[in-house]
Amino acid sequence: MKYLTTIGLEVHVQLRTRSKMFCACGTGFGAPPNTQVCPVCLGYPGAMPVMNEEAIRLTVMTGLALGCAIPAFSKFDRKSYFYPDMPKNYQISQYDCPLCDGGAVEFESGGQGRRVRMVRIHLEEDVAKNMHFPSFSGVDFNRAGVPLMEIVTQPDMGSPEEAMDFLLALKQTLSYLGVSDCNLEEGNVRCDVNCSVRPDGQEELGTKTEIKNLNTFKGVFHALRHELDRQVDVLESGGRVTQETRRWDADQGVTYSMRSKEDAHDYRYFPEPDLMPVELDAATVGEWRAAIPELPGARRARLTAEYGIPGYAAGVIAADRAVADYFEAAARASKNAKAVSNWVMTEMLRLLGERGMTIGNARVTPGALARLVSLVDSGVVSSTAAKDVFAAMFESGGDPDALVREKGLAQVSDASEIEAIVDRAMEENPKSVADFMQGKSAAAKFLVGQVMRLSRGKANPKLVNEILERKLGAE
Amino acid sequence: MNREAFQCLDLRSAAAGVVSGDFTSRELVEAMLAGIIERDPAIRAFVHVDADDALRQADAADARRGPGGGRLNGVPVAVKDVLNVAGQPCGCASRILEGYRAPYDATAVARLRREGAVVVGRTNMDEFAMGSTTENSVHGPTLNPWNHGRVPGGSSGGSAAAVASREALAALGSDTGGSVRQPASFCGCVGLKPSYGRISRYGLTAYASSLDQIGPLTTNVRDAALLLNIMSGRDPLDSTSVPDPAPCADDGWAAAGLKGMKLGLPREYFGAGLDPEVAWAVRAAADACAALGAELVEVALPHTEYAIAAYYIIATAEASANLARFDGVRYGRRADGASDPYDLYTRTRAEGFGAEVKRRIILGTYVLSSGYYEAYYRSAQKVRTLIRRDFERAFGQCDAMLAPVAPTAAYRLGETTDDPLKMYLGDILTVTANLAGICGLSVPCGLTDDGLPVGLQVLGPFLGEERVLRVGAAYETARGPFPEPHGGAA
Repeated sequence: MKYLTTIGLEVHVQLRTRSKMFCACGTGFGAPPNTQVCPVCLGYPGAMPVMNEEAIRLTVMTGLALGCAIPAFSKFDRKSYFYPDMPKNYQISQYDCPLCDGGAVEFESGGQGRRVRMVRIHLEEDVAKNMHFPSFSGVDFNRAGVPLMEIVTQPDMGSPEEAMDFLLALKQTLSYLGVSDCNLEEGNVRCDVNCSVRPDGQEELGTKTEIKNLNTFKGVFHALRHELDRQVDVLESGGRVTQETRRWDADQGVTYSMRSKEDAHDYRYFPEPDLMPVELDAATVGEWRAAIPELPGARRARLTAEYGIPGYAAGVIAADRAVADYFEAAARASKNAKAVSNWVMTEMLRLLGERGMTIGNARVTPGALARLVSLVDSGVVSSTAAKDVFAAMFESGGDPDALVREKGLAQVSDASEIEAIVDRAMEENPKSVADFMQGKSAAAKFLVGQVMRLSRGKANPKLVNEILERKLGAE
Repeated sequence: MNREAFQCLDLRSAAAGVVSGDFTSRELVEAMLAGIIERDPAIRAFVHVDADDALRQADAADARRGPGGGRLNGVPVAVKDVLNVAGQPCGCASRILEGYRAPYDATAVARLRREGAVVVGRTNMDEFAMGSTTENSVHGPTLNPWNHGRVPGGSSGGSAAAVASREALAALGSDTGGSVRQPASFCGCVGLKPSYGRISRYGLTAYASSLDQIGPLTTNVRDAALLLNIMSGRDPLDSTSVPDPAPCADDGWAAAGLKGMKLGLPREYFGAGLDPEVAWAVRAAADACAALGAELVEVALPHTEYAIAAYYIIATAEASANLARFDGVRYGRRADGASDPYDLYTRTRAEGFGAEVKRRIILGTYVLSSGYYEAYYRSAQKVRTLIRRDFERAFGQCDAMLAPVAPTAAYRLGETTDDPLKMYLGDILTVTANLAGICGLSVPCGLTDDGLPVGLQVLGPFLGEERVLRVGAAYETARGPFPEPHGGAA
């Protein structure tokens, strides 16, 4: 039987703020345990939360970018449950009046346009991190109280692939907005997924399960694939899926049951009395709306239209706001945007990837790249030599003209100079000349190669071909 | 100056004496410590006194003696065990905070210190401020200085008893449902509950966050006004704190009398259940205010009868979350032998909390539970709104109100221990101010035939402290000096 899949996500995104959600402690990653803590984020007696207004702004900006409604009134609530990673044994979160309602993410998946609707976006504080040692456990509260934005989608995704594409598109948008570093290694983005299957033709959704705390997109993908297969197996063998919360074991590649619906917590939400409600006036929201940058989809389209680069290239370049900014700076300084896009897509992204760098710390300035492209286009350097120049600039910066001079990479376009080299190549390879005469055209290619070798790659290939052809014809 | 003279100083005279060099802060603090050594064994108002530390603070105050030293430079004050003072224990009279030392100063304490005050010791209370008798304390009960067979009231009973017995010139308490005003009434001292948000709650161990307020207990109204002025004002660490500066006691207040003031007598506060002696004393005080020029009018607060129910739902709901942090993981007492986190919580909290605290946590957990929230918590919030409107309407007809603080004078020790509901009902005249967020002052206004003090409650609108203090100061001056407690057995 064929089964249909339904997937909904809750995405927790760590916001890019200097201080925590409710205190002045820093949010840096990787500090020694319990060094970014204070009475507030440790839940000491008498300590009180104070709102981080930047976190509100970043969340509302996200909501505005995703087309959410921004209610004029929003509030925070206490969500109670006991766990050692919870300093107060309640989490300050938002229950019935979140900062953002509705909205949608539009993206491409499997070559088709998709739209996943949001339920809401709310703001809450992160919990601490439990650490287990052979004879005891510890808690690191550095992360406790870091602002987390929770994005809840409608169950609008039909496959793990689509869920993955959604996450990538969402991540691009969040990065563009600058609201989060979206660093998956540092746990900046964590997902809970809800999924169910139902036989094709059945209207009513199947019983769902929830998989908690997936901190890589790959993890989301594999966990979903496994869990959906498991649900199908349960149905195929005549069983029923139990509504429950499951955990993904990435090492074993399986999900296992954590708690059933009956054991679900009663969080006993009630309004947080230590914080005033958030009341946003239209002017402030309007100001924030005006500050929203061009988003990935629009930029992709504009890059194609404005610079005439192919859709695929625009997609790769627009995926990262900084890369796209770089490209545009270089393209504007150049007459050949397409060549610039090729350099960015291939050499630049490859080298950055190899070194684990971002474009922000690349030493090749956009101006230098544009100049290099024009040196190639005007025949001053060959495209082969240009790669060496680019590599040199990537290592230590510098100006392409100077590098071409220093390295003696300028292309030789002086016909007499090339003629001399061609003559030398023919003298050194009489057999190839003879082969050509007997109709083996491949021999000509070999000779071109020899000329290039002798010129150390600097001979203008177009001239070499012309001159060689003429000389061979004269033989 | 002899010891008794030191112990009878008001705050301004004490500060002035240090500034002028009439005496040193060390002499003053030594006199107060001597009073504690002499009298506290009989009433047990203090739970922690670090004499060396107090004298160190006094010496530091003497070292900065002069006009710039602060308005309370070298003046000792006591604080309720619920307030965080850096380096001191803050046990909230609970076993569960055994071993905890505060790493920071509460804002109210920091502001007193900024004016040079010396924190001389910590006073007893009902555990986590839950109670009206100061009997629910891990340290045992505090006794009423007027009669050792009576309770001092609560939950700030230690602070009230310390001030009444002149072991402290002034003390801080906290008032969630009457916990400053009622012990002030029971012990014959002045107690002020400021409007909600007037004094930052930062550093006050929370019982019910939407009701809690820090308040001073003093021997006279002007001292309460001075402390209010020092502690009040916007605090960036408490989002619910209000920016308006509070008034300071003005010498003109008492002299100006109460001409042109309309004082309301809420009908519902003089109804059944009010001890006739209390009623008589309060009416006599109201008449004294009329003699000072005030016009007395009857006003109505029709939703008063629902206040106790609403209060005990909201307070316990908030408490159930506020007290969840006491789990043995980060500080305080941790039970031995736990096998997993939940076992640790269960054991720690079973051992660490007293019966009244457990009762309120369970009640609060219940009223917030899924399926009961609407019926209890939501309804209580609606009642709260109605009570607030009652006051708004009534304050449209008067400038301030006069009422009793408690239906009776101080209870006998043990009288309410087995009947918590009786104790809860005794809060009827004070919880309304907390629910409405308004301010209230308790000023001694008489003694019962048994020689127990009775307090006059002056209620004012939100941020109406100036009016309340004016009425209190004028009445107090007209009343004349209040008798001193004589102590002794029941």
